[in-house]
Amino acid sequence: MKQALFFAGKKAFRALLLLLGVSVASFLLLCASPLDPLRTNVGQAALGSMSQEQVAQLEAYWGADQPPVERYLGWLAGAVRGDLGTSLLYRQPVLTVIGQRLGSSLWLLLTAWVLSGVLGLALGITAGAFRGRWPDKLIRGWCLVISSTPAFWLALLFLLLFSVWLGWLPIGLSVPIGVEEEAVTLADRLQHALLPALTLSVTGVSNIALHTREKLVDVLGSDYILLARARGEREGAIVLRHGLRNVALPALTLQFGSVGEIIGGSVLVEQVFSYPGLGQAAVTAGLGSDLPLLLGVTLVTSGLVFGGNLLADLLYGVIDPRMKRGEGRP
Amino acid sequence: MEPILEIQHLSISFHQYEKGFVQRELPVIRDLSLTLEPGEVTGVLGVSGSGKSLLAHALLDLLPYNSRREGTILFQGEPLTSQRIRKLRGKEIVLVPQGVTYLDPLMKVGPQLRKGRRDRGAREKVRSALARYGLKEAAADLYPFQLSGGMARRVLMASAVMDSPRLVIADEPTPGLDAKAASRLLGHFRELAAEGAAVLFITHDLELALAVAHRVAVFYAGETVEIARASDFPEGRLRHPFTQALWDALPQGAFRAIPGAQPYSGEVKEGCPFLARCPHPGNGCGQGELSLVPWNEGMVRCLYPHGEVMA
Ligand SMILES: Nc1ncnc2c1ncn2[C@@H]1O[C@H](COP(=O)(O)OP(=O)(O)OP(=O)(O)O)[C@@H](O)[C@H]1O
Ligand SMILES: [Mg+2]
Repeated sequence: MKQALFFAGKKAFRALLLLLGVSVASFLLLCASPLDPLRTNVGQAALGSMSQEQVAQLEAYWGADQPPVERYLGWLAGAVRGDLGTSLLYRQPVLTVIGQRLGSSLWLLLTAWVLSGVLGLALGITAGAFRGRWPDKLIRGWCLVISSTPAFWLALLFLLLFSVWLGWLPIGLSVPIGVEEEAVTLADRLQHALLPALTLSVTGVSNIALHTREKLVDVLGSDYILLARARGEREGAIVLRHGLRNVALPALTLQFGSVGEIIGGSVLVEQVFSYPGLGQAAVTAGLGSDLPLLLGVTLVTSGLVFGGNLLADLLYGVIDPRMKRGEGRP
Repeated sequence: MEPILEIQHLSISFHQYEKGFVQRELPVIRDLSLTLEPGEVTGVLGVSGSGKSLLAHALLDLLPYNSRREGTILFQGEPLTSQRIRKLRGKEIVLVPQGVTYLDPLMKVGPQLRKGRRDRGAREKVRSALARYGLKEAAADLYPFQLSGGMARRVLMASAVMDSPRLVIADEPTPGLDAKAASRLLGHFRELAAEGAAVLFITHDLELALAVAHRVAVFYAGETVEIARASDFPEGRLRHPFTQALWDALPQGAFRAIPGAQPYSGEVKEGCPFLARCPHPGNGCGQGELSLVPWNEGMVRCLYPHGEVMA
């Protein structure tokens, strides 16, 4: 019990440190940005026709008149109290904006995450089991091609193929145009999320598949597989009974660790598909110098990534018998 | 009676890449011939790294992919092909492996021994195999990391005798056991032989080999230099000077070690690899390839086997 408390305390401390670091970093990046908030958001022409007071008012609104340190500390003081401020672009509380965006992004992220995990594992196992033979070569070749293809390019390709030529799937957005909120069905949402999710997962698949293959090849070369063969177990049964079991733990770590990559990829993919999600909000906030929104999005996404890794750690303890019974990590 | 296993001129080598693309053939075992009779325990004696485990794996056709095997292996008079061995593994030909790393770390002992079967019969078989080596039924419910060294040995032993094997290949099965447990284990191998199986007992320990084996094959630098009966040792009927030196180094012998070290397999290109340490070298020992020849009811790879020089 005491150990569990210590573990939780350590993790919480790390999480705080991480969030602090990430927020400072994104704040500094925004400060260093060459974009002038007034010129980007109000426009050169409009600015020119304004009086001195009006410009000063606008500068105050965009925070351009405050020294950076003061500005950050002001934000931090609010954030500690749970108030992430108001988005300058959307004129709504940051938490509300993020809530909406996350709502639609979640479909996309979850579908992509599950798809890439399941597909990656299946492909990796197949390649490893057929090491050196044509299924292995095929899968590995495909993975290498995919992992050296930029996600946005793939997204455009999919759009052309499935939406423009074949017309099977909608071109963009997360819900049909001109339909009331209540009338949007789950099928609608899935249909809109499918193509972006596919793009996202395809790039995630190759990483998971290649790692899984490598691990399975290691496992199949191990002593206990040799004895399983010597005991007369069949090759297929060996892969399923011993291979899968020993690959599962590293695969799980990889899967939860890939949350970060999926979120990172979603920024670009949402842009291409005009999918109104968190990634798109991040881009808008960054380009529009919307400091509160950008910091808010950064906090939430780092929290998600951290949560993914934490979950992997915890699951490891539940699943690995050596950890469950208080043994050291292998 | 028909021998159970006949190994004829078995050689095992690895091809390795050294420095870029230069491929090199690395011999480990050269020209090994050995016959295993039913009811007999045959010891194979070799230092660490001499290819003992490889020999065990070669007999099961489980060599690493970068290795090559030459020679013939006959099982009950017929060539042991890849197809044939696949049907015999785990049933008629079994392996008692070298260590606990041969157990799947994430699977409980019971399911491992049952090989994926779940029926009552399989459970019963596991229970009785474990009981045979003094392990309680509860041991089936443990993960390998929860076994003590001695328990792990006995589990490995139990996994080999689930059916009644004709050939038992035991790869250094005793390290980690105290003297009492070790001698009980040796007794088990004698027992298996008494039930009509042939046992190949691999070890680096001459005393151990003499305690359990009827016959002993001695490795030197990748070659079998002598095949002797266990009784040849105390009775002074040894044929090769290296075997004699091994015996002399024991307390029962003269307790006297010979100087020098064993070369690697293939390191000595020509002649007898033992020549540099031989107490009585003769003409021609430095040239050509020596072959294993019958001598005085045993086998020896020496131009001047013991007795010749003495006379
Ligand atoms: N996959 C491999 N590739 C190259 N060389 C190998 C490979 N496996 C084993 N060897 C070499 O073959 C030799 C024999 O190995 P082996 O495991 O059979 O020794 P051993 O006699 O069983 O030793 P020990 O008593 O320590 O168990 C070693 O020198 C080792 O380096
Ligand atoms: Mg060995």
